[in-house]
Amino acid sequence: MNRYECTLCGYLYDPQFGDPDNDILAGTTFEDLPDDWCCPECGAGKEDFTPAE
Amino acid sequence: MAHETQQNQTPFPAVRISEHVYWVGAVDWSLRDFHGYATEHGTTYNAYLILADKVTLIDTVKAPFMDEMMARIASIIDPAKIDYIISNHAEMDHSGALPAVMRAVEPEAVYASPLGVKALADHFHLTDTITPVKDGESLSLGNLNVTFYETRMLHWPDSMFTYLQEEALLFSNDAFGMHLASSERFDDELDVALLHHETEKYYANILLPYSHLVLRLLEKLPDLLPAIDMIAPDHGPVRRSGIAAVIEDYQRWARQAPSNKAVIVYDTMWESTAQMARAICEGVIAGGAKAMLMPLNAFHRSEIATELLDAGALLVGSPTLNNNLFPSVADILTYLRGLKRRGLVGAAFGSYGWSGEAVGHINETLAAMKVELISDVVKVKYVPDADALARCFALGGRVAEALQQSNLELRAPE
Repeated sequence: MNRYECTLCGYLYDPQFGDPDNDILAGTTFEDLPDDWCCPECGAGKEDFTPAE
Repeated sequence: MAHETQQNQTPFPAVRISEHVYWVGAVDWSLRDFHGYATEHGTTYNAYLILADKVTLIDTVKAPFMDEMMARIASIIDPAKIDYIISNHAEMDHSGALPAVMRAVEPEAVYASPLGVKALADHFHLTDTITPVKDGESLSLGNLNVTFYETRMLHWPDSMFTYLQEEALLFSNDAFGMHLASSERFDDELDVALLHHETEKYYANILLPYSHLVLRLLEKLPDLLPAIDMIAPDHGPVRRSGIAAVIEDYQRWARQAPSNKAVIVYDTMWESTAQMARAICEGVIAGGAKAMLMPLNAFHRSEIATELLDAGALLVGSPTLNNNLFPSVADILTYLRGLKRRGLVGAAFGSYGWSGEAVGHINETLAAMKVELISDVVKVKYVPDADALARCFALGGRVAEALQQSNLELRAPE
């Protein structure tokens, strides 16, 4: 499962951990995040994320 | 307008900047270090009061300057008459006085961006309600209207613009600002070169990492705000004359187009790395490019970042001290890496006594910064001889060549 980085603030979405503060379960791939999910640090939308190197 | 605006006698008067808006901020003449940014001319913390039907305060000041701001407000109106406070930016040089102002004036509402609401909560742990406003949302102040625009990561998640429609006046928080203490409140009352330098320094040290967002914002700005008659930033003078020019400057800096200039940064223990740096510098000049030699004992990190903003090459030199980088070189590399200047060519150099690890560490950081390395590291044991200095001079020549090449590529038609 690939990690994705927020190009606005540098936050890293790691599917291994999910985003528990926003009810995203561990194991959720980036692609499976809801369309309205946004970066928990800076509020960027999914479109502002790129696959992490 | 219902409010009486007679100016009361006070050592801290407000300054009228437009029909309805007053500057009520504070001037910090003595600040020389703004979280690691050398502010040789001090700074201002700008707060603005809109005398609308709903009296509205835009941002506050750093906490120790609360009394100065309150005195300026009191010079035109009883502070208790403030109805709304808008927080464009949660950083403490603008929000530090906010909790105390809220206690003192008990405003009807405090507004911030949704991320500003969170950031203020994490700073001040207030129990008061702060009302989130959405991107593009408008608020009536009775006879006047403001619209909010989120400017996330310019330069914090919470950053927001507030636009006073009737006066085409943009409260831009930190964008278009500068650290400059002055008695003048407007850009056209100050020296042009000084303004340009401080604007450039601010961009290079605060906004540079978010250049892609600056470009995105500036692209949509003409549609969003076709008219901007005045920009009121949170630091430095209010802009009423050079608005198109500063937007052009921001566009150029955000594109990070390299110039024909090499910045050579180094520190030295016994002058060996210094000799190497000077030979590289001469090589760059002989090769037809410009060079700026910046020894770390003489230049502050924020000056180096400013010089790098319009450079095309970065060369970094360090002696090896106890198997490591010289501490000042580690400092500047950490700082520059965070600022994410893109599109540079560069190389590492340095003198050493026995192990010589420092140049390798520099190379790793330059590579992480996506600097295109145009040479292997240049290392010299103890003291450079004529041959070693000739190698340094040759490196300077290759830098000049690479700069000319990248400038040719830039100018070439697509």
